[in-house]
Amino acid sequence: MAAPAPFSLSSDHLASNPATSKIFGPAALKSGKFEQTHFRFFTALRRNQAFTLKASMGPPGFTEKLNNKKLETLTEAEDGCDVFNDLKDRFLSFKKNKYLKNIEQFENLAKAQAPKFMVIACADSRVCPSNILGFQPGDAFVIRNVANLVPPFESGPSETNAALEFAVNTLLVENILVIGHSCCGGIRALMSMQDNDVENSFIKSWVVVGKNARIKAKAAASNLSFDQQCTHCEKESINHSLMNLLSYPWIEEKVANEKLSIHGGYYDFIDCSFEKWTLDYRGTKLEENGGIAAKNKIFWC
Amino acid sequence: MSKQSSELAVEDLKKLLREKGNLDAVAAAKVEELIAELQRCYLRPFDPAVQRIIDGFTHFKINNFDQNPDLYGQLANGQSPKYLVFACSDSRVSPTTILNFQPGEAFMVRNIANMVPPFNQLRYSGVGAAIEYAITALEVPNILVIGHSRCGGIQRLMSHPEDGSAPFDFIDDWVKIGLPAKLKVLKEHEGLDFKEQCKFCEKESVNNSLVNLRTYPYVETGIRNKSIALLGGYYDFVKGEFKLWKYDSHITEPITIPPCTH
Repeated sequence: MAAPAPFSLSSDHLASNPATSKIFGPAALKSGKFEQTHFRFFTALRRNQAFTLKASMGPPGFTEKLNNKKLETLTEAEDGCDVFNDLKDRFLSFKKNKYLKNIEQFENLAKAQAPKFMVIACADSRVCPSNILGFQPGDAFVIRNVANLVPPFESGPSETNAALEFAVNTLLVENILVIGHSCCGGIRALMSMQDNDVENSFIKSWVVVGKNARIKAKAAASNLSFDQQCTHCEKESINHSLMNLLSYPWIEEKVANEKLSIHGGYYDFIDCSFEKWTLDYRGTKLEENGGIAAKNKIFWC
Repeated sequence: MSKQSSELAVEDLKKLLREKGNLDAVAAAKVEELIAELQRCYLRPFDPAVQRIIDGFTHFKINNFDQNPDLYGQLANGQSPKYLVFACSDSRVSPTTILNFQPGEAFMVRNIANMVPPFNQLRYSGVGAAIEYAITALEVPNILVIGHSRCGGIQRLMSHPEDGSAPFDFIDDWVKIGLPAKLKVLKEHEGLDFKEQCKFCEKESVNNSLVNLRTYPYVETGIRNKSIALLGGYYDFVKGEFKLWKYDSHITEPITIPPCTH
């Protein structure tokens, strides 16, 4: 079944495509740029605006938000209606602006999906592949876990390899893309761990999957700052995951027969750049130090 | 306008040729050779799948990232999402699309059939890591588990092993987390046809996941002190409908049983 053409986000002007306005909505309303064109959506956005103003009372920094957070959570937890209304508004906006406008495509998708991509990305709220790479419904089968890790075949069943099995053997995707990103909390936890200390912590038990990447990063960047070592590890871990993908026999077979391509991607949200590279299977097989060979590297900024 | 790295390299090399007028002939020839090769590079069309990613990223950067410097400046320093979302990996049900989540709003886990297994540090450290990070590090106040129509994972749960099919290496082991939901549906909706039973199981499995969430100590503590709300959702893409409910546990006021006097 041919994949439907991607839905265009940019064709309509702003007033008739409030999905786009929602993207600009909270921040833009603050700066007053779009107020006049979005007046008729003001009622729907009002609830969101209240949310946004509350949320922007303090910087959303990791350690600095405790006081504001406590105020917000008490209000939200006590008045569950706020959350219900927020989610209701969100769904109605999707239904009106995307679903009903593309009803035929959605009806086709309801019968079956035939995505060309399988994407493995981090659960981090800032790096959703639908946002940063514009995947539309039907484009990509997506797994999201902490630090976008792929455990090897030998580690036994997990949610990541169950999804791989389905995507590769049943959906027959043509591409697997592992996307890492800057300032990854999971990688930072991996780099901060004492060797194999996984007691009482899920995070440590999970990120230890990437420990070979940590060893390489520490070796390659030993004279750099901790932050820079983490950046190295973020990228090394993507390559490590690509290697782990090849440990699955049904994946290696398809890659060798050129039915499946494996790519790595790195999204840096500080300067908004995206790097992508493709696994060179023949080159990787010839590599002696257990690393991967890459080809078709691109860098967009 | 975003530029490809080979374009930037060509620009730099041309600049080098211009500025270093006294480059010796061999070096100059080499630089020209490099420029020609790089130009051949970026004229070669990308495979459509890769072009898709490039187009997607370019659209995001120009229309979203560059238009909202304040928001993305804040996000570069940290995230404080209001939602921890569990959703299926199905390509049709991205919560970002159907619930319009913007960067920074939802910490999102996606797996087959949007399942949350019970607390088990050895077997299910992946899901546990996400819950642990979201609750202890990010202090997310709302956990939302979203099921959906025509879920392949639920269908597998309901049909195997009764249909006699060969087992998968990994899928069956994963979807059996939803066994309590399957058993409940088979008991309560015994006579219904298979598709109807699957629909009930899609929703029942969300509830099963919500119950499993409470086996994580920090989730349970959050519920008791009212800092965390558990929500269930169901996206029906056949009808274009979304159901939303809350998992509430309620402890009644005590009644006093008067003391006996005999």
